[in-house]
Amino acid sequence: MEFFKIFSQSSERNSKSLNSFKDVEERSLWSTAIQRLILNRAAFVSALLIIFLAFICFVGPYFLSWSYDEIDWDLIEATPPNINNGHYLGTDSLGRDLLARILQGGQVSFQVGLLATMVAVIIGVTVGSLAGFLGGWIDQVLMRIVDILYVIPLMFFIIILMVIFGRNFYLMFIAIGFVEWLTMSRIVRGQTMALRHREFIDSARVSGSSNTRIILKHIIPNILGVVIVYVTLTIPQVILLESFLSFLGLGVQPPMTSWGALISEGAREMEITPRTLIVPALFLSTALFSFNFLGDGLRDALDPRDR
Amino acid sequence: MWFYFIKRILIALPTLLAVVTLSFFLMRLAPGGPFDQEAPLPPEILENLRAAYGFDKPLIKQYLDYLTNLLNGDFGPSFKYKDFTVTELISQGLPISASNGFLALILAVCFGIPIGIIAALNQNKKVDHLIMSFAMIGIVIPTFVIGPLLALFFGIILKDTIFSLPVGGWEGGRLENRILPVICLSLPFIAYIARITRASMIETMRSNYIRTATAKGLPYHKVVINHALKSSMIPVVTFLGPATVALLTGSMVVETIFGLPGIGRYFVQGALNRDYTLVMGVTILAAFLVIIITLIVDMAYAWLDPKTRYD
Repeated sequence: MEFFKIFSQSSERNSKSLNSFKDVEERSLWSTAIQRLILNRAAFVSALLIIFLAFICFVGPYFLSWSYDEIDWDLIEATPPNINNGHYLGTDSLGRDLLARILQGGQVSFQVGLLATMVAVIIGVTVGSLAGFLGGWIDQVLMRIVDILYVIPLMFFIIILMVIFGRNFYLMFIAIGFVEWLTMSRIVRGQTMALRHREFIDSARVSGSSNTRIILKHIIPNILGVVIVYVTLTIPQVILLESFLSFLGLGVQPPMTSWGALISEGAREMEITPRTLIVPALFLSTALFSFNFLGDGLRDALDPRDR
Repeated sequence: MWFYFIKRILIALPTLLAVVTLSFFLMRLAPGGPFDQEAPLPPEILENLRAAYGFDKPLIKQYLDYLTNLLNGDFGPSFKYKDFTVTELISQGLPISASNGFLALILAVCFGIPIGIIAALNQNKKVDHLIMSFAMIGIVIPTFVIGPLLALFFGIILKDTIFSLPVGGWEGGRLENRILPVICLSLPFIAYIARITRASMIETMRSNYIRTATAKGLPYHKVVINHALKSSMIPVVTFLGPATVALLTGSMVVETIFGLPGIGRYFVQGALNRDYTLVMGVTILAAFLVIIITLIVDMAYAWLDPKTRYD
């Protein structure tokens, strides 16, 4: 079905002869995938959890009586949760509201996750589809570069960049994105090579489409499934990387915070208040688990092999 | 086969040179020098400092000097630890990080492979689901969460029992001081190796020669140990390359948490103090280690699986 749909899109003139296919009950790749995803309980619950987490992180702070960098001068020490003074999870050692800080940290994590993944997708898809579609020496050169970058421990280079440019928030997104595109490009290249000699690509070429047009209109829509699966698996990796940097003190700078920074602060005070370590760790772990389960579920749902 | 090896080495050398060049020029092009302080230095002193570290020479000359020194094993002086050269710092830190990493890998292989095999032989049973859930936890929850939690549990909750373990310090490599860092470092590897072993074992157990072995009446344990095990180990071997990278980044976290004087901690401290030569030195060393180990793993792989040689 997918093939005929693409065919009918790419050459409108022939669409009349294909009308008869519309009578068959249509089950597109996407509707089947969504059905399968809902049936996969772990993935479906994970998807709901992610939406819930994102919602409370971005909307929650408006309903709290304390902001993340506000010090409660009556309580300049870690205090236990108390509903009456508005510190629903207590305060940290400087008297700042823990819940507000966790939600703010979540915002940072989600923002880094989305933006850095976008950078990774743009570079990865461009390099991968060009290498896979054009082949020849371009493919050789691009893939050797990817091979070389794969071997280099790029984590060290991110840290070097953070040292040089003074831990800029946006630079961190871009630096992480630049590291995460490698696997993406390999996957996209493989998929593109598999599509390159299919009939609908030949037909597009015969009808005079340029390479750019073929890649944009025919290759990319067909590898979208794989890209989406990989995006859901890249987001947790990026969140992890950012937390790692913040944990080491090389990520976001105070008073701004992130889950990694909170865990590192909590680890320093765990003797007195284990809560300041455990609660942010729970939030981070829940997010990482959910993204991983969702990614696995999506892969199962979109994998055409056992359709 | 030799052709394949030589080709791999020819790729490895330029990669290393690229790492050195990239880190050198990134550091030199950085805005603000390493001598920037809150109170600016008098120009004469700055001039002398620059001359002492060779910054007054042309950039290309500095680069070539750095390369020549590197070939002699000299990473230059540290900017912040004034009495030490980077080579001294590295030779103090490397044995600690390397021995911990090695122990962690051994632990991971000793636990990961049997666990993976048990899971594979009980595919889709309760044991399998249980093991794979734990593996998922080990993979998803990062070291910097597990580390403090381990420290909390063994150092604080079990404080006055016999299970209490020191949560910081090195003290000349006492066994007790190593236990928590090594466990913390190895948990993700145990999980990965278990997952890889399970997947490849399941694949192998479905193949025809296993059916033949079973059909000719061999007992089950012999089929598994003598026939299935060797070929299902190939993916585990290839994992050792990426594992080195993960060990290096893991050592940054573990050495920071448990206060061990290894190269990971030097690197993080160097980055926080803007100690350029130290950061560069550790980066180059890390890249060197990863490239060498990847090379060895590739060769082992070519030896185990002849198909790859003709790629």
